[in-house]
Amino acid sequence: MIVVKVQTDDFDLSAEIAQLRHSNGAVGAVVSFVGVVRDLNDGAAVSAMSLEHYPGMTEQSITTIVEQAQARWSIFDALVIHRVGDLLPLDQIVLVAVTSAHRGEAFQACEFIMDYLKTQAPFWKKEQTPTGARWVDARVTDDSAASRWTQACVENNSTIDD
Amino acid sequence: MELKILYFARLREALAVREEQVEVAASVSTIADLRAWLSARGGVWAHEFAPERQLRVAMQQQVVDADTCLVAGAELAFFPPVTGG
Repeated sequence: MIVVKVQTDDFDLSAEIAQLRHSNGAVGAVVSFVGVVRDLNDGAAVSAMSLEHYPGMTEQSITTIVEQAQARWSIFDALVIHRVGDLLPLDQIVLVAVTSAHRGEAFQACEFIMDYLKTQAPFWKKEQTPTGARWVDARVTDDSAASRWTQACVENNSTIDD
Repeated sequence: MELKILYFARLREALAVREEQVEVAASVSTIADLRAWLSARGGVWAHEFAPERQLRVAMQQQVVDADTCLVAGAELAFFPPVTGG
């Protein structure tokens, strides 16, 4: 099962994970990533942030990314929550959670989903700084993080037992 | 051919347009043609759609390349490289 939520509301990690692995005795690993708003970016203090997205395409593109992860690793369920609208430093922005039988698959699938989300899902951040509002520029390091998954597809087929 | 075009983030602010319906001639057949057609409006349009500006394009909510053929009635979207997560 794939669950994708784009919402203004905050999320509760424990409640979301409890729901994701609800009564599935085959789950041996849950890996989650939570992204949060920092108070400093590119050398400037960030006092607030707003996130814009492309309704419809956002949900579809994240679902496609998760399907790619499911085709590549043996995982059960995946949940992606991405917040939009106005956020403050320390706020949670994004949650990616993946369940599988063993940790190796869940770790890799979670990182893959996050790397692809950062470079492909249509979200844009605008930061408030002491010198005014600015749109965040895409990072080259995010592109290279995503591209390594296309280079390493053979090695990643090995499995790790829990 | 009639198209719906959406603009997002920095591009939406710079153009001061969120979305529009346009009618283009048959000679405008690819994504690259549409980008050149928008650029030909001049002013801020010429600046934002200049070839060196990094822009992504989606058609029917799927990212497409410059040489993709336009489909009549499609929803197009132009936006800067994404910065979510």
